Amino acid sequence: MIPAPFEYHRPRSLDEAIGLLAQHGEDARVVAGGHSLIPMMKLRLAKPEHLVDLRDLDELRGIRSEPDAVVIGALATQHELIGSELLAAKCPIIRETSLQIADPQVRYCGTLGGNVANGDPGNDMPAVMVALGATYLVKGAHGERDVAARDFYEGAYSTALREGEILVAVRIHMPADRHGYAYEKQKRKVGDYATAAAAVVLTMSAGACTSAAIALTNVADTPLFAKDAGEALVGTAADEAAISEAARRAQSITSPSADGRGPADFRTHIAGVMVRRALARAKEHAG
Amino acid sequence: MAKMHIALRVNNRQVETLAEPRMLLIHLLREELRITGPHIGCDTSHCGACTVDMNGKSVKSCTVFAVQAHGAEIITIEGLAGADGSLHALQEAFREHHGLQCGFCTPGMITRAYRLLQENPNPSETEIRHGIAGNLCRCTGYQTIVRAIRAAAERLNSAKEAAE
Repeated sequence: MIPAPFEYHRPRSLDEAIGLLAQHGEDARVVAGGHSLIPMMKLRLAKPEHLVDLRDLDELRGIRSEPDAVVIGALATQHELIGSELLAAKCPIIRETSLQIADPQVRYCGTLGGNVANGDPGNDMPAVMVALGATYLVKGAHGERDVAARDFYEGAYSTALREGEILVAVRIHMPADRHGYAYEKQKRKVGDYATAAAAVVLTMSAGACTSAAIALTNVADTPLFAKDAGEALVGTAADEAAISEAARRAQSITSPSADGRGPADFRTHIAGVMVRRALARAKEHAG
Repeated sequence: MAKMHIALRVNNRQVETLAEPRMLLIHLLREELRITGPHIGCDTSHCGACTVDMNGKSVKSCTVFAVQAHGAEIITIEGLAGADGSLHALQEAFREHHGLQCGFCTPGMITRAYRLLQENPNPSETEIRHGIAGNLCRCTGYQTIVRAIRAAAERLNSAKEAAE
C-alpha cells in the first residue's frame, strides 16, 4: 500500500515546526512515532500534502519531575515510558498501560503525545490521562495553552487541538504516594485495540475510599470519564456492593459500536467486567 | 513530489540514494537496495516480517518512510552473519531447533530476537514470548522459536564468559 504523495519536512525546532503548520494550514499534519498516521496514509484515509516530522525536536523529549507533578515530553515513546524509573516509582499506571499497547516494535516508535493527541477512541492512554486528571500543554503560532485531558476529547479523531497547534507535553499532577491504580484491558490478541478497558486511580484511608477516578477506553467516540461511578465508591470500603454500583454506573454511560470485537451490549458488559477487575486490583495497592 | 536525497548505513555499508517521500523503508530496502531478507507480510504493521533494526530499535519497516531513516543505522537479517558467511548464533539455533518451517517470518523473527538479546541477554521464556509478540509465525506454534532464542542466548552468554 502506497500513500498519496506528500512533501516531507523535518524541522530542527518546535518554532520551525509551528511555522510550517501555520504556512500550510490544513494541508499539513505532524507525525511523531507514525504508527497511527502512517497506516492511515497507506489506506489513504489520511492524505496530508505536507508531513511535518517531529523526530528531531529534542525539546519534546524527556520525562521530568516537578515538585508536585511529572511532566512527560510528547515524544516520549512507550518503550521509554516502560523503562522510566521515575514513572515506575511515582505513577506506575503509565508503565502498566504502556505494556498493553501494541507490541515491542510499535512501542519503540509510538509516543505518548501521538497516543493522546490522535483522538482515536481505541488508544489506551487517553483514558489513563482522564483518570489521572492530566493536563496537555499545547503550542501554536498564538502561544501556549493548557487543556485538561477531561476537556480534550470531542469525538472520534476530533479534539480541542486547534489547527496549527502541537501537543508538546503532558503534565500529571503527582498522585498520592500510596494510591491504588490499574488499567484492565480486554483484547482479542496482542496488538489489538480494547474490546473495552478501564483505568482506575483511587486512594484509601483507614479502610475507606477517599477518592476514585474511573475512565473507559473504546466504548464510545471518546474516552469516557465515569465521574458518577467514581463517586459511588467515595466514603465506602470499596466493597463488593460499592464496586458493583460503580461498574453499573460506568456501564450506563457507554455507547460502543458493534464491530469485530463484538456486539454493542457485549462490549458494555466487558466494560463492566474491566471496571470491577480494575477496582479490585487498585484497592489492593492502595492504603 | 520531488525526490529527496537520503544517506543511511545499511548492514555497515554507507548508502546514498534518492527517494520519493512516500516511499516506505521496506520498499527502499527490497526494491532499490535489493536487500530482500526483510519481507512484506501484512503491510499493516501487525506481522513483523518486515522487522529491521534501526538505530538500535526493532522497527516494522512497512511503517517507516525511507526519508525518516536518513542518517540512520540499519541492520537487516543480511547483516547478522559474519563476513566469512558464518551464521550468527541465532541463525544457528533456529536451524538446530527447527525454529522455522516455511521461513517467511524468520528474517523478521531473528532480527527482532537479535535486539531482544541485546537488551536482555538472559531472557526467561515469558520474556522471550513478550519480546517477540510483534512477530507472527503461522507454522511453528512458536515453541521451537522460543527454544531457539533461549539456546542462542545461552550460547552467546557462554561465549562471552569464555572470552572474559
